[in-house]
Amino acid sequence: MDRRTFLKTAGAGVAGAACISTVADARPNLEPAPEAVGMLYDSTLCVGCKACVTACKEVNDMTPVDRGDGHIYDSALDLSGDTLNVIKVYSDGTAAVKDSEENGFAFEKRSCMHCVDPGCVSVCPVTAMRRDPLTGIVTHHPDACIGCRTCMVGCPYNVPQFEYDNAFGRIHKCQMCNQEGLERINKGGMTACAEVCPTGATLFGPRSMLMEEAKRRMELKSGDNYNFPRGDISKPESYHEKELEADYQNHIWGEKEAGGTNVLHISAIAFDKLGMPPLEDRSYASVSEGVQHTLYKYMALPAAAMAGLTYVVKRNKDNHDGEE
Amino acid sequence: MSHAKPLGGSIFTPAFMLCLVLFVIGMYFLGVRFTDGMGAVANINGGFPWGIWVVYDVVIGTALACGGYALAITIYVFNKGQYHPLMRAALLASLLGYALGGVGAFIDMGRYWQFYNLLLPWHMNFNAVMLEVGLCVTTYILVLVIEFAPAFLERIGAHGVLKILNKMLFIFIALGILLPTMHQSSLGSFLIAMGYKVAPLWQTVHFQPLLALLTALTMGFSIVIFEASASQVAFDLPDETSLLSKIGKIIVGLLLVYLVVRFGEIILNGKVGYIFAGDKNSLLFLLETLLFIFPVVALLSQKMRQNSRVLLWAAVSMLFAGSLYRFNAFLFTYDPGPGYSYFPSVGEVMVTVGIVAFEIMAYMVMVKMLPVLHKEAHA
Repeated sequence: MDRRTFLKTAGAGVAGAACISTVADARPNLEPAPEAVGMLYDSTLCVGCKACVTACKEVNDMTPVDRGDGHIYDSALDLSGDTLNVIKVYSDGTAAVKDSEENGFAFEKRSCMHCVDPGCVSVCPVTAMRRDPLTGIVTHHPDACIGCRTCMVGCPYNVPQFEYDNAFGRIHKCQMCNQEGLERINKGGMTACAEVCPTGATLFGPRSMLMEEAKRRMELKSGDNYNFPRGDISKPESYHEKELEADYQNHIWGEKEAGGTNVLHISAIAFDKLGMPPLEDRSYASVSEGVQHTLYKYMALPAAAMAGLTYVVKRNKDNHDGEE
Repeated sequence: MSHAKPLGGSIFTPAFMLCLVLFVIGMYFLGVRFTDGMGAVANINGGFPWGIWVVYDVVIGTALACGGYALAITIYVFNKGQYHPLMRAALLASLLGYALGGVGAFIDMGRYWQFYNLLLPWHMNFNAVMLEVGLCVTTYILVLVIEFAPAFLERIGAHGVLKILNKMLFIFIALGILLPTMHQSSLGSFLIAMGYKVAPLWQTVHFQPLLALLTALTMGFSIVIFEASASQVAFDLPDETSLLSKIGKIIVGLLLVYLVVRFGEIILNGKVGYIFAGDKNSLLFLLETLLFIFPVVALLSQKMRQNSRVLLWAAVSMLFAGSLYRFNAFLFTYDPGPGYSYFPSVGEVMVTVGIVAFEIMAYMVMVKMLPVLHKEAHA
């Protein structure tokens, strides 16, 4: 083969590959599970007491983080192999006013968002991350996990965390208190963090009801009075009436982001200020799987390539062997 | 039958002893990783779960081990039999590079004692790029062992087995071309699922597999030039420049395609502004691009390609370019959000250095004991 043929063949190959990669048709985002449960976190109601952090550790049997500064409370700074849920704070300037972007502060809860179309489930090579087909809860199964940590890379919220300080560590993440042995949701209960939240800032319930509640709150203006439920929205333990001190952002985090989440957040300040990632509506899982399945559908492309390669290699090898 | 011969000579050279020391230091830190957990050695964290053990040892290491792949395409697909003398050395380097990439992946696995779950069909998730990479790399390592086996069989004089293997070898050569095409492109697909964490200049959904494949191929051809030049100096071998200059021409062609795709994507998606933003990412992009363009300019003319020194510098530039491209995409510009940063620890670096040192030791020993390199000049 001369140079021209080589360049032509190479060009055709590259063009072919380019076509394949551009026609790659991603599947649509997954839809919410039929009986999806989740939580609604309302940053304006959160008083930063961290009762949810403590309750989470008790229920999930995890060591409190002590930074040696004599705090009574758990002093975890971020999610880790010891912490599934953490309250973070935004502050600006004098930090005098709650829920104000300027010279104010606001709280934000970080825990698994239980994505409708979870990246961690899509990228795990050994199916150690699973989305419950009924409740949509994303669970982790250490008996399958090889510890490659692709779930951590593939999670837009950096939620799955590995126990780096343990020679035989595992991945930890919030499983909505429904992991084997605990199963609070299956038993008709709710998550520990929602149960102990004194203000109803963390509210448990079916995703659809939480979404309706979030939309009702979007309609409110500062100065309005509203009766906020506590606990499980489908059977609230109590209500408390409160006057709104700040307008909500007209944005329910988790309605659409990367296919949506079962844990919804609402807030009076913009979500990027609260450390939420820059996500579009399309889930990365749907795009990645689209590319992967276009290239590997029924293994047709690799099989055809193998057939062609075997033929060409055999012919050329026989030629070379004959020359020697 | 090949005309390659064992080089012979002393094994315990100063270079070998230096590598041995580095290897022992690396093994010490590796021991700590297994007794005290990964956090005791590596600086990986909640936002940067993949440090240099994944990004250098696996993502870059296997690309640097693509010499066997690149040459196999040239010899067996494009029917260029004259490259046979370079093949065994390239295969050996590929085998060592991939085997140690496999070792790197294993030591980085948080739950390595369950690694076999990757091979159990009821655990497999066919949506996962990691599954494809894991299975494909594992199979390719076995294929490389078979492809390199003739060198060993010739040495021990197992001519019967050699004859049978030679009859079936074409299947493994074909597999040895198919498998790297699959997993090297998949290494690019990893980036898709990382979404916003990958900086815009390196995040290109649909072209990731193609860009990863093109860089793997150019790095493969460049490592062939690099190894041939290095062996020539180290072991006083005949000059291969005439063969290598033709490889230089292939590199130029592949690089031109790469640059068109890379810049085409950036221009069409309106990302040119990021190149001139003047921040860390734009500087890294410019450095990376310079390293990619240098070999194209240096090797454009026939005369320059026949200068062994220019060839070597172009190959080195290309190796740095491809490595920096992957480092940039996976690590240097990777941004998981506020609160996380990563810089490798001394122990972490020493484990990787130790692995590379072992690779060099094994290469030096094997070319002295097995028929890999060609001592006398060939036509």
